[in-house]
Amino acid sequence: MNFNKLIVVFALFATVLGLSVKAGAAEEATTKGEEKKGFNATKVIFGHIGDSHEWHLFELNGTPVAFPLPVIAYSPTNGLQVFSAAHFEEWHESADGKAEISNSYNGLHLERAMKEKLVTDDGSKVYDLSITKNVLSMLIGIVLLLWITTSAAKKYKNGGTMTAPKGMQNGLEAVIIFIRDEVARPNLGNKANRYLPLILTIFFFIWINNLLGLLPGGANFTGNIAITSCLALVSFIVMMASSNKHFWSHLLNPPNVPFLVKILLVIIEFLSLLIKPVALMIRLFANMLAGHIVILSVICMIFIFAALSKVAGIGFAPFSIAFSIFMFMLELLVAAIQAFIFANLTAVFIGQAIEEGHGHEHDHHTSENEIIA
Amino acid sequence: MDLLTPELGLFFWTLIAFLAVFFILRKFAWKPILNTLGEREKGIADAISAAERVKAEMGQLQAENEKIMAKAREESSTMMKEARETRDRIVNEAKDQAKTEANKILTEAQAQIQQQKMAALAEVKNEIGNLAVEVAEKILRTQLSAAEAQNNYADMLAQDIKLN
Repeated sequence: MNFNKLIVVFALFATVLGLSVKAGAAEEATTKGEEKKGFNATKVIFGHIGDSHEWHLFELNGTPVAFPLPVIAYSPTNGLQVFSAAHFEEWHESADGKAEISNSYNGLHLERAMKEKLVTDDGSKVYDLSITKNVLSMLIGIVLLLWITTSAAKKYKNGGTMTAPKGMQNGLEAVIIFIRDEVARPNLGNKANRYLPLILTIFFFIWINNLLGLLPGGANFTGNIAITSCLALVSFIVMMASSNKHFWSHLLNPPNVPFLVKILLVIIEFLSLLIKPVALMIRLFANMLAGHIVILSVICMIFIFAALSKVAGIGFAPFSIAFSIFMFMLELLVAAIQAFIFANLTAVFIGQAIEEGHGHEHDHHTSENEIIA
Repeated sequence: MDLLTPELGLFFWTLIAFLAVFFILRKFAWKPILNTLGEREKGIADAISAAERVKAEMGQLQAENEKIMAKAREESSTMMKEARETRDRIVNEAKDQAKTEANKILTEAQAQIQQQKMAALAEVKNEIGNLAVEVAEKILRTQLSAAEAQNNYADMLAQDIKLN
């Protein structure tokens, strides 16, 4: 609990620090008589939730403090190119004023509107495989996850079977047992052990990345649809790969139904089959994105008010901070809940696919579970 | 809508990284951890059942012990009772015997006393008889010498007898 508090306090401190510099810069800009007026919350928020080719920490006296990340681009014409994003250093507004465009390097430049995109100068196709902020954040998360789990596993090996768990191992064990007993076994029955590694990996992968995303300056990794679609695809493929005859016969030939209804049912069943991974994808994406946006919005309100008048900004700050503390607490909860739901629904879907014909009683049970989740 | 279009690069890296993490964790983390957990649970279940069994055995042993104790107590009490009875019997027998012995001695003593009394009486009678004969003899002798003197003498003798 103390650790969480620390994170929240640090997060607020850093966010306020980072944004205040920006607000100061914005104010300066207005005094210079440029077009920008007040504080552009949209830009700040989307800058934080979007992916980037640099890891932006904060701005100091108008200059951004950021680490450039490696750009890896593959285009059919130019082949593979690897260089630092530091080469994109000069930014100017596009003609329509909707996007920011960087200088060109190696025939490539970045376009930053709602998202940052790598495009070629001549408009030809390019595949952007850069180690972006999200990818780096994921790698950090993976290193942490591997370190935590393998060190715990080592403790199990060294300690023998009958020693009590200690420290980190203890916390990890509680979660693993929870996933095993509450997620895997009820849905997968006697085949739980086979799918347990996948479900545990999904849960911990999402959870740790959710939490890393909450850190100040962290990336909005799990609130990115590319990530959630990837995870949903994995669970869909596993579901399809493990589906058995009973599942398909039930889907293609629903028993005890008249012919016309049968056709309708098959169509609906197929749609629901495809909707399952989509629901997984959207749910995690939307939840994490919304959480990030709400927290950032609440913080940004301080600076919106501050842009109107300094007194209003200072006056509003306590309310804003109090509310964002509340939101941070909520997000810590949501981080675990969303990871649990993703893992649980994956288990439910796999459970449906591998279910043997035991009559319809079980069917209702799993669908109920799905609705609750 | 921009937010809803997945970036290829991110998708690509996530897929690779997730699969790598999955295979690494499956081999080096989940399998050993889950195996150990399973073994531990089995161990705990075994230990609990063993404890239950030992407890049942202990209960049985205790019951047996109690039975033995009860039996021993019963035996000791019967032995005590028997001992008491034997003692009483011996004491009573001794008393009876003593009583009969005493009675016998008493009757014997009485008989002896009676006998000696009879003997003494007989002796006294004989003595009296002898005295009477002696007196008569003396009287007769004195009568023969003088009548008066004889009478006086007889009186004197008679007085002697009285004094005796």
